Amino acid sequence: MNRLIYADNAATTKMSEAALNTMISVARENYGNPSSLYSIGQRAKETLEEARAAVAEIIGAKSGEILFTSGGSEADNQAIRSAAEIGRKAGKKHIVSSAFEHHAVLHTLEKLKKEGFEITLLDVHENGIVCPEEVEAAIREDTCLVTVMYANNEIGTIQPIREIGSICRKHGILFHTDAVQAVGHIPINVVEDQVDLLSASAHKFHGPKGVGFLYARKGIRLTNLIEGGAQESGKRAGTENVPGIAAMATALKEAAERMEEHAAKASKRRDRLIQGLGAIPHSALNGDAEQRLPGNVNFCFEGIEGESLLLLLDDKGIEASSGSACTSGSLDPSHVLLAIGRVHDVAHGSLRLSIEADLTEEETDYIIRSVTEVVEYLRSFSPIWRDLESGKKPHIL
Amino acid sequence: MALYSEKVMEHFRNPRNVGVIEDANGIGEVGNAKCGDIMKMYLKIEDDIIQDVKFETFGCGSAIASSSMATELIKGKPVAEAEKLTNQAVAEALDGLPAYKMHCSVLAEEAIHAALEDWRSKKEP
Repeated sequence: MNRLIYADNAATTKMSEAALNTMISVARENYGNPSSLYSIGQRAKETLEEARAAVAEIIGAKSGEILFTSGGSEADNQAIRSAAEIGRKAGKKHIVSSAFEHHAVLHTLEKLKKEGFEITLLDVHENGIVCPEEVEAAIREDTCLVTVMYANNEIGTIQPIREIGSICRKHGILFHTDAVQAVGHIPINVVEDQVDLLSASAHKFHGPKGVGFLYARKGIRLTNLIEGGAQESGKRAGTENVPGIAAMATALKEAAERMEEHAAKASKRRDRLIQGLGAIPHSALNGDAEQRLPGNVNFCFEGIEGESLLLLLDDKGIEASSGSACTSGSLDPSHVLLAIGRVHDVAHGSLRLSIEADLTEEETDYIIRSVTEVVEYLRSFSPIWRDLESGKKPHIL
Repeated sequence: MALYSEKVMEHFRNPRNVGVIEDANGIGEVGNAKCGDIMKMYLKIEDDIIQDVKFETFGCGSAIASSSMATELIKGKPVAEAEKLTNQAVAEALDGLPAYKMHCSVLAEEAIHAALEDWRSKKEP
């Protein structure tokens, strides 16, 4: 069957036509260096600042609070490093985060731990949601930062950011959120959410790869990751990726305009998928069913391994991802699935579908049919499944 | 470049000798669910010849392909020959495996050896 259903939008998205056109036209015609004082340089500078203003407006920030980066990972690194530096100077070296953050956050925290910081990783519970009361309870005299993601990249659960923001503000502690999966998909307002630092990445909302931004509330002193020229108010050296940044702004404007309509459509398909895949025996949805991103579906199927599932789905034209060890290149399955309490055996058999609003009803049903078939097929010669079905081992799901 | 060779994909998509031998006289199971790979080999040996072999595998694409290829390499062969099966032979027959997937071919070798061991232990009281 010659069909292609791209269902891995949490990994990356296809660039929108409008974003692509912006990128090409800026690269072709507006090629000046924004730091140059002659006309074409200044024209590039204008494009850059227009993009900054557009991005800022969409998340409720001011232009001066947006710093362009190479993507979400860089923004996460810089946000956390900056807050840690502010903390270090004040003698505060404790950071609160959650167990299922993106590795851009977790690995930065691990490095800080080696530099003498203490890290508290909060439980994300079976539903994949951080509890605000537990954030408050974890805050100490020497806490300098709370960093909790807006929505999880694997299981799509949306965190109580506003409640956490309010707690942090009350205690005078900086609050960073990795909003890479959320920006452009669900409404975000940094003022109402009381967020101090926020990371985003363009390619998750139909913009180009290699571009992102960091929102840093006015007055927060950022620490450079890259030293050099005076670009980005001296906080991020290197000639700006003007075509990419302009395309990101175009993509974000589009995403914001269509957000409500897209979220409604995608969540309808998502719920149909959850219902359909939930009918597979001994399967389980990962993460809260309600408080999740409009396009995220994540399941565990007992008795099978995720990579084989992905390869066979690919043969059927369905492109998805898994948290199995074999797809991560390590021996352990996804830290996110382990964090919500899935045991190794089950975590290896996971499937993430991250869909868009344009998924048709027919495609939705095709996915359900295909996954059901493949899971059944793989179980037919799985020794684990045999043991489960014969009663030699108890079913977990 | 594709993750796997065409040979691996072919064996993964159409695995040979899948299933169970009800009256197997040698069974070997290796791996564990925690690491994400389990292979179970069933042998039917008569007159020191591997008359039949079947497998069940829980694992990734290369684990399934390695199991399939391993069964092909020993089916109809004398036990003495099957005992010499190495993971390299399995991997080579599959036109190679990615470096981090070589352990799948090791599991296939171990599963065959475990099944032969089981047969031997039953044969010699």
